[in-house]
Amino acid sequence: MNSITDFKYIKYGSKLQTYCPNCHRGLNKKYPQKGTEFVEVGIEYSGNKGKLKLSPYLNIFDVELTIDMPEGTTAEDIFCPYCSQSFIVDTRKCELGDHKIAKIYVSAYSRLLPFYICAQKGCTWHGLEKEDEGWLKIRIPRQKMTEQDPYMRIMNFDEVPLGLRMEQAALEAYRCMQCQKPMCIEGCPVNIDIKEFIGCIRENDMIGAIRKIKETNSLPAICGRVCPQEIQCEAKCILGRSEEPVAIGNLERFVADYERAMGVHIPPKCPRTGKKVAVIGSGPSGLTMASEMLKCGHDVVVYEALHELGGVLVYGIPEFRLPKEIVRQEIDYLKKLGVVFKTNHVIGKIYTVKELFEELNFNAVYIATGAGLPKFMGIPGENAPGVFSANEYLTRMNLMKAYMFPRYDTPNPRGRRVSVVGGGNVAMDCARTALRSPGTEKVSLVYRRSRDEMPARKEEIVHAEHEGIEFHILTNPVSINQDKRGNVSSITCIKMKLGEPDDSGRRKPVPIEGSEYEIGCDMVVIAIGTGPNEVLFQGTQEMKRNKWGYIEVDPSTGRTSLDGVWAGGDIVTGSATVILAMGAAKEAAADIDEYLRKS
Amino acid sequence: MYPVIEKTLIAENTICQFTVKAPEIARKVLPGQFVIVKATNEGERIPLTVADKNTEEGTITLIFQVIGKTTAILRNLGIGENIKDVVGPLGKPTHLENFGTVVCVGGGTGIAILHHLTKALYEMGNEIISIIGARTKSLIIMEKEMGLISHQLLVCTDDGSYGTRGFVTDLLKDVISKRQDVKQIVAIGPTPMMRACVETAKNPYIPILVSLNPIMLDGTGMCGVCRCTVGGKTKFACVDGPDFDGHEVDFDELDKRLRMYLIQERESLLSSIK
Ligand SMILES: Cc1cc2nc3c(=O)[nH]c(=O)nc-3n(C[C@H](O)[C@H](O)[C@H](O)COP(=O)(O)OP(=O)(O)OC[C@H]3O[C@@H](n4cnc5c(N)ncnc54)[C@H](O)[C@@H]3O)c2cc1C
Ligand code: SF4
Ligand code: FES
Repeated sequence: MNSITDFKYIKYGSKLQTYCPNCHRGLNKKYPQKGTEFVEVGIEYSGNKGKLKLSPYLNIFDVELTIDMPEGTTAEDIFCPYCSQSFIVDTRKCELGDHKIAKIYVSAYSRLLPFYICAQKGCTWHGLEKEDEGWLKIRIPRQKMTEQDPYMRIMNFDEVPLGLRMEQAALEAYRCMQCQKPMCIEGCPVNIDIKEFIGCIRENDMIGAIRKIKETNSLPAICGRVCPQEIQCEAKCILGRSEEPVAIGNLERFVADYERAMGVHIPPKCPRTGKKVAVIGSGPSGLTMASEMLKCGHDVVVYEALHELGGVLVYGIPEFRLPKEIVRQEIDYLKKLGVVFKTNHVIGKIYTVKELFEELNFNAVYIATGAGLPKFMGIPGENAPGVFSANEYLTRMNLMKAYMFPRYDTPNPRGRRVSVVGGGNVAMDCARTALRSPGTEKVSLVYRRSRDEMPARKEEIVHAEHEGIEFHILTNPVSINQDKRGNVSSITCIKMKLGEPDDSGRRKPVPIEGSEYEIGCDMVVIAIGTGPNEVLFQGTQEMKRNKWGYIEVDPSTGRTSLDGVWAGGDIVTGSATVILAMGAAKEAAADIDEYLRKS
Repeated sequence: MYPVIEKTLIAENTICQFTVKAPEIARKVLPGQFVIVKATNEGERIPLTVADKNTEEGTITLIFQVIGKTTAILRNLGIGENIKDVVGPLGKPTHLENFGTVVCVGGGTGIAILHHLTKALYEMGNEIISIIGARTKSLIIMEKEMGLISHQLLVCTDDGSYGTRGFVTDLLKDVISKRQDVKQIVAIGPTPMMRACVETAKNPYIPILVSLNPIMLDGTGMCGVCRCTVGGKTKFACVDGPDFDGHEVDFDELDKRLRMYLIQERESLLSSIK
């Protein structure tokens, strides 16, 4: 029998976040009207089952019971309202005598601590176990999103991770140490106030959390899913020095999804300035610019070449990674705010940039046309039917929904054995899309550097491996071979080794002579990168561009060499990330606003 | 949304002519350029060459042969109904000048596109010899219109039901052998026809312009499905073309690439009949 001295008391007045030790579900709840919180557990007394509500604050002892129970009697059982597992662990001596004791978990100090409650009515005894090996070891592990099973998911196009559950999000938020000098914020390209938004989640204030994020990032449901967090915010997280960093991206996704489920609040229109801004391209950069301009009171028209809005978010990134419904909702939101979208408008063709000023009287133009020109390798056999650029393959499958062929009319490329060349997100997306297509038996991925150097997000690489994609790393294709009928029959590759570092600081792969081998395949997808599309520049040839053809801008403002024209996103940087494209728009927006107010 | 203003069915209902309201496109489009059309939400994107335009009315004319599911859906649209998406003008306008004597060869629906170019060439003062052909009499289109802008019009059908019996290349050979002053040939029609015309124009060598019709998706240079080898280099027909120097085109490759989705096209048609 333990004595009282074995227990350590938690500071009075602090609020507890409580969890079931079995199913890990949170026991904290809120009264819908009052908004105040309580802890709810199941209770059994003389055969009746009911609910026991406790205050989560340690200095308040008001207890609500739904069953009759005389003062001084002891409950037979205290149990989890979700999984019904009993919390009773022991009969111990508390301050008033020997009583049954129930154990739950509370989170504090980035740990899960066992917390004890006495089962006798009227007894206010409760406490933490003594600071010993017992509780220091129970860390809250980084919460993992439930995922579709790899064997199941390769047969559908549904999203792979299913998101954090509410109680997981709370647990994860409690892992954050709320550091004095948080580093994570610096790691985020748009400097989301990560500490604050996680703080809101800890307070169970999801709406506060999403508002905090949206102060700096207007597309959190998207960023939470596609940002490479492991090299951004999570790389800087201080907790990450001793254990796994806080799952910032997953929390961002969680609160954004929470908001979408609850209904998005539409702010009132701001006073109009009468100035008109044209945005070319409806990718993340263009969309961010549109929302920023609206906030400043300028009218916005977004021109998009394709028949659908969203840029890479709809034509490139597949459904199983970013459901198109999410992109659609973000765009609907902008439409409600008053952004005018014009699809089927290829600028450079239907209007030149100059005509936007001269004929349509725009006061400023923002170019966000992305890097959409597919690169090929220039090896023999590349124009054979059965060889696709990643853009073609993904556009067919995602934008045109060929994965639902023949319900959708666009033909779907088919291969029994598919080879994908490349190591970025695009290559992973192609490989995993191919794997999910009916009739595919094997997918191999050919990449010329090592696995560590793959530019894809960690999560995507891991998912691809779990799904059974065969990786040929340090391997470079030298030719694509055809059979007599002209169909692709195999791809000849050469092994590579890492040599001296090149300009980018990465070690340059060099071929190992005589190491050629063949990979049998009947379809090849080339995902080795993209360049700038020339169409836009028709009629605006004088715009200054760098040696790769990307637009040259003032890095802090996004101004181009033409007056009244700004640019940002992939058309400036080359293929980069969603969040960088958004960040560029944000910076340019401030400058455009200033320019418009002066003019 | 792009409403159909006028609709005519010709050549035993296999060829359809649409006048579509698209003022922004009409004000910009030049001969040789095309649009990408997507008929419905579930539809595919197909390229159609603009056969004519009316800037005052803000309309463009599209002519297409009903061959697959998409063109069948389009044919079934009535006047006043909408085409969901029309993007354009795309591609480079055809390079036209006063060459002197020009032979314009057209086959099937290619005649409609050829008409647009021929008109421009005629107005520039070229001497026009036009050759048009089709499988059978009922499929010959725009004969009268071509006649108005040609100094000489030759017609042939494969089955001899109208005009000369034979292929357009037979007539082309004839013209070339009789006239030494042919400076340029323009050939627009099915790929085998253009290919045969190019063969004919090799000896004696005469410059020949062909308008390629590879499979397209976006039409803006973003996907590369329309890539062709021209003069040993890979070109994207939707942005670098669709017109190319016929002597430089790798027709073998084009042929193969055109057959890339044959199975799917058949399945698509079958599923739409079911
Ligand atoms: C398959 C794939 C997967 C990716 N995965 C990730 C990821 O996981 N995480 C991440 O951070 N990044 C990822 N990226 C990169 C990211 O999507 C891009 O960096 C980002 O979308 C760039 O945004 P943007 O607004 O500059 O351009 P885009 O998103 O490319 O949008 C440009 C838009 O402009 C339109 N346009 C082009 N020319 C014209 C014209 N002349 N007139 C009118 N409109 C025009 C285009 O049709 C397009 O809609 C991925 C990219 C691809 C292709
Ligand atoms: S660095 Fe990590 S632990 Fe610290 S505040 Fe940021 S997220 Fe929380
Ligand atoms: S049709 Fe896509 S690049 Fe030409």
